[in-house]
Parts: sequence; C-alpha cells; structure tokens
Amino acid sequence: MTTHTFKPDMPPPNKVFGPMAWMRANLFSSWLNTLLTLFAFYLIYLVVPPILHWAILDANWVGTTRADCTKEGACWVFIQQRFGQFMYGYYPGDLRWRVDLTVWLAIVGVAPLFISRFQRKAIYGLSFLVLYPIIAYFLLHGGIFGLTNVPTNRWGGLMLTLVIATVGIAGALPLGIVLALGRRSNMPAIRVICVTFIEFWRGVPLITVLFMSSVMLPLFLPEGMGIDKLLRALIGVILFQSAYVAEVVRGGLQAIPKGQYEAAAAMGLGYWRSTGLVILPQALKLVIPGLVNTVIALFKDTSLVIIIGLFDLLNSVKQAAADPKWLGMATEGYVFAALVFWIFCFGMSRYSVHLERKLDTGHKR
Amino acid sequence: MQNQIGAPKQKLSFSDPKVRAWLFQIITIVAVISLGWYLFDNTQTNLQHRGITSGFDFLERSAGFGIAQHLIDYTESDSYARVFVIGLLNTLLVTVIGVVLATLLGFIIGVARLSPNWMINKLATVYVEVFRNIPPLLQILFWYFAVFLTMPGPRNSHNFGDTFFVSSRGLNMPAALAADGFWPFMVSMVVAIVAIVLMARWANKRFEATGVPFHKFWVGLALLVVIPALCALIFGAPLRWEMPRLQGFNFVDGWVLIPELLALTLALTVYTAAFIAEIVRSGIMSVSHGQTEAARSLGLRPGPTLRKVIIPQALRVIIPPLTSQYLNLAKNSSLAAGIGYPEMVSLFAGTVLNQTGQAIEVIAITMSVYLAISISISLLMNWYNKRIALIER
Repeated sequence: MTTHTFKPDMPPPNKVFGPMAWMRANLFSSWLNTLLTLFAFYLIYLVVPPILHWAILDANWVGTTRADCTKEGACWVFIQQRFGQFMYGYYPGDLRWRVDLTVWLAIVGVAPLFISRFQRKAIYGLSFLVLYPIIAYFLLHGGIFGLTNVPTNRWGGLMLTLVIATVGIAGALPLGIVLALGRRSNMPAIRVICVTFIEFWRGVPLITVLFMSSVMLPLFLPEGMGIDKLLRALIGVILFQSAYVAEVVRGGLQAIPKGQYEAAAAMGLGYWRSTGLVILPQALKLVIPGLVNTVIALFKDTSLVIIIGLFDLLNSVKQAAADPKWLGMATEGYVFAALVFWIFCFGMSRYSVHLERKLDTGHKR
Repeated sequence: MQNQIGAPKQKLSFSDPKVRAWLFQIITIVAVISLGWYLFDNTQTNLQHRGITSGFDFLERSAGFGIAQHLIDYTESDSYARVFVIGLLNTLLVTVIGVVLATLLGFIIGVARLSPNWMINKLATVYVEVFRNIPPLLQILFWYFAVFLTMPGPRNSHNFGDTFFVSSRGLNMPAALAADGFWPFMVSMVVAIVAIVLMARWANKRFEATGVPFHKFWVGLALLVVIPALCALIFGAPLRWEMPRLQGFNFVDGWVLIPELLALTLALTVYTAAFIAEIVRSGIMSVSHGQTEAARSLGLRPGPTLRKVIIPQALRVIIPPLTSQYLNLAKNSSLAAGIGYPEMVSLFAGTVLNQTGQAIEVIAITMSVYLAISISISLLMNWYNKRIALIER
C-alpha cells in the first residue's frame, strides 16, 4: 500500500512586505528604474551636501558685523542685523509695536472663521471686513488718538508686502465679482465694457500697469491733487488683479446649472436677489480654491513694486545687500527673502488643496 | 363684432425689464464716457501746464545712449523708433528661448512626477513646490546678483572644453558664421523636408489602402540626414565656427550672451517649467486608465499606445492652460526691468520715458505691444486647440 507523502510546504513569499520589498518595488523594479534611482541619488549628492554645508554646518550664526563672519558658509549675521528692516522697512523703531498689534488683531480676528463650530460666520466675517481695515489704517498710519503719524514712505519690508497683498485682494474681489457678473450679463453694452476691461488688464504685464499708475495717474487727476505713491501702486494692483478674479469667478458662474437660474426666477426672485441669494453663494463656494491661487499669484506679484521704488521685502533685501558695509551678502539676503515668500505661498497652496478636498462633495470619480 | 384679442398696448414703464435694461445701459455708457472725458480733460490741462507736447514726433529724434544687447545694428545717433524695435526684438528673443526651454524642462519634470520610481517622483515634486512658490522677480534677482555677477572675471572664467566660457561678463560661445556651402545647404534642407512630406503622404495613402505600415520615422530621418550631408560633401561645410579668444581683460570673437539675458531666461525657464510640469501631469492623469487597457487589448504595443491613444487625448487637456503659461512667460519677460536687460519695458518704458518725458505715448505703445503679443499667441493657440479638439458626433 502506498502512503501519500505530502510535499514540503512552499516557503512563505518573502520580500512582499518590509523596507526591502518596498525598495524593490519602488526603486529597483527594472534596470531602467535602477538607473533612474542611481541618477536621482547622484543629483541629491551634487546638490544637497554643498547647500547643507553653506546654509547650516559652515554658516556663521553669531556676531554683529561683517568681520564676525569668518567661516566659509553663509553669514546669517547679516539677516539678524537687518531683520528689523526686512520686516518693517523704515517704520520708526519705537512705533513698531503698532505693526505687530495690527498683525495680531488680524490673526485673532480671522481665527474664529476657521473654527467650523462657530455660528454666524457670515455676520461676524462681514463686520470684521468692515471694521478691521479702518482700525488697521489708523494703527499703521496714525495721526489720530495721539498716535504719531507715520507717512507711507516709511512703510516697508514684509509689512508693506502684506499691506499690498491684503488691500489688493480686498479691493479686487468685489470689483472682480461685479466684472464677472457684467461679462455674463444679457445687456450687450455692459458685456462689451466688461470684456474689454478684463481682456485689457489680462493682456498687459503688471509692471506696465505699475508704470502707468505711477507715471500717468498723476496726469489723470485734477491739478494740485497729489496722490500717495503707495496708493498709486494699490490702484494699479487692484485694477490688474480684479480682471483675474473676474475670470476665476466667471468659471464658477458657468458651472452653475441653468436650472438654478430658472428655479430662482420661478420663485419670483429678480436679478439681484437671484444672483445674491442663489447663484453667487454657490459659484463663490466652487471657486474658493481658484481664488486662493489668485491670492498666491498676487502675493508673488507684490514683489514687482520694487520697479516703482517702494521698499517691500524684496527691495529691502536688495537695498541692504547693496550696503557697502555688507557687500557680498546678496546670496544670504535673497535666500532669506525666498524662504519668507515660499513659506507664505506654500502655506496658502496647501490650504487651497485642503479646501478643494473639503469642498469637493460628490464629484469624486 | 370682432373680439380684440392681443397684447394690450405696451406703455413705457419702469417695471418692464426691457425698458430697465435700456435705461441701465444708457446710464452706464454715459458714465463711462464722462469718466473718460474727465480723465482726458485733466490730462490735457496737466500737460499744458507742464509744457509737454503730446504726439509721436519724439520717435524720430536721436536716442543718444548705448544699449548692451541689440540684435540689429545700432549706434547712439539712431532714433527712438529703432530703440523701440530693439526692445521688442529682445523681448521676443527672451520669450522664444524661454518658451522652448520651459516646455522641454516642464514636460520632463511633469512626466517625472508620474514616474513609478519613488525617488524621481519625489525629486520632481520638490522641484515644482520650491520653484513655483518663489516670486519670479526674486528668482531673476537671485540668478543675476547672487550667481552671475559673483562669477570670476573673464581671465578666470569657468572653461568648458575651450569652447564655452562662463564669467561675470556672461556666456561666451563659438559663433556660427555662414560659409561657402551655406545656401546650397539651406536649399538641400528644403528639398529634404519636401521629400519627407511627399513620402509621408504616400505612406499614409498606402496604409489606408492596404494596411501595410511603412517605417515613416526612420526613412524620414534618413532623408533628413543624407540629403544635406551629400550637399555638404559637394559644396563644402555650411557653417564655420569662430572661437572666443581671451584678449586683454575680455573675450573677443564668438558670440556672447550677457549675464542679464542668462539670468532672465534661466529664472523664467525654471519658474514656468514648474507650472508646465503640473499642467502636463494633470493632462496625462486626465486620460483614464481604461483607455490604456483598451488599447492594449486591441493589441497595440506600449509605444503606439502612448503615441496614438494617450498623448492625443492628454494634449487636449494640456493645450489651453499651456497657452496661458506661454502668455505669462511673455508678460513675465518684462521683469527684466529689475536687472536692466534691455527689453521693451526697461528700455522703452524705462530709459526712453525718462529721457523724453512722453509718458502717455510711451506707456500706450508698450501696452499695445504686449496686448498684440497676447492676442496673437492666444489666436494661434485657439486655432491649434480647435484643430485637435474632440469632434463629438
């Protein structure tokens, strides 16, 4: 009688889990992939160690003058010494608490809007939007309640960058919404005016707009009416940015199904009420990520005011790097400015991605 | 007796939407025109008081300043009109170089972001996230002030095989000059291209009729190489190279790319490529995986699947945003004003405006040039977009 002998068990499949298996699947799955991986490591080897040495290992961290920078790497002493100028420009040193206070007010004021359990967001947000600019203006500019007047030509640094970006978007948003509505209007005259306006600003670079607002705006106004340099730049930025906001909002308006318009009309709502109560709330919700992208673009564009001689963050760095006492510090300065801009822009773009996921309800494929 | 049925006679009333629309439009037009008139009137008075005469006569006057880079001949006694042309050509030069390089780099990075290789994928992501979140002007200033201006002088320049030299004066490279065989070579190139077109037509026709494929690519490549090569053998080399030489403190002969141009094109390329990479990635991702599977199940190999199924569909998604990136690049070339590269804005709206004081004319000309560039690029791309658009039946 033959006895059945079982074959020995198959060995467990190895290298399906664990770091080795992961590496085999993701880095060395074929000879081409292996080559690419090695190439990537070579690139990293080329780029990372020099940067690490320059920025951290061989960098100079303590000191007060250029002479203290004795090591090979970056001289961060320069940034420490000029930090005040980079943040506040020529804002008087003993009044800088006012700038800090303005920023803290904004942070504290905006925070409730990000708490999802907070009720009456609309009312709170609107009143904040109305009140905050007034308070911020008097805090920064002074000249009332015994606050010393600080003229706008003393403003500068990151503070000026933020002022231009926030005022720019706050002005461009309402104007852009109106333009987008005008572009979708049934009235030919309104449509033509809005299309011309939008396409004109979208067709020219911001630099020429800033040139125009700084050179031509004084010519446009009645004689003797001086206009502040910062205000000129702001007007240029707002007009320019409103065209981009308008295009983003138009995208949202087009995405609203026709049934919504018809339903609103059937309820007896007129144009303004159907737009304000039915269409815009839905359209704006759709385009929030797009609007955040516009804000990022605007934030990067604020650096262009260097061309008309305003001392924003970038221009402060440029000026400081040209100082004979700190010659050869251009790299450190620009790297610092790039880092600041990057943190803001990257933060906003992450937020936009987060919003997109949160607001994306039911359209997932 | 006849029943009078019909609409009651319309009276002009404010509650009629049509009347309201007319009224509203008339009010808007009047407001816009009067605002325009108000600005125009103010400008007229201001100009009179400042003693500025408007008009385009200044374009005829002699400019009297030197320009670092001009693609056409220029001397200081030439007119402002010629300065304008030089600025325009320099803008177009940066735009064209930038578009070509940014497209190449952008496509590579975009494909790398989809790579199954984890390292390549992450590297591409880091590239995109770093460079698209730093203002282009800052990148230009960085390349210019922190990289190119801190390079060693011409005597200690970085030497690449005695042909390319990178120094604080820019990139010196060999100049290509037309030699004896230049025109015959050009003619032979045209002949080769015509031959390729004819060959492709014939091959397509045969493929439609019989289904027998033809090695269009290889035969075409052979035509493109063999005909001009034969021509060069008969008539002599089409180009001769003029090497840059160090003489005294600077290079002579050869071509030089000034550091402003290098910094500008490099920064714009790196910046725009980050955006193009994202566009390419989303375009390729928009083609659903079912398309690949369907193509494979029809028996197409990976190569033809990519060329005939994936890319044509991805391009439809890629082209429109790509167009606006090209437009952005053209507009961003105006950031050269920050480092003084002589293009439209820094040369014309900067130097010429300061010298002549003709603010309105100069700005109007500058803006219309950019509008013209924008409109022509978008017309071109719209035409292309229409050609490749999905024809729904």
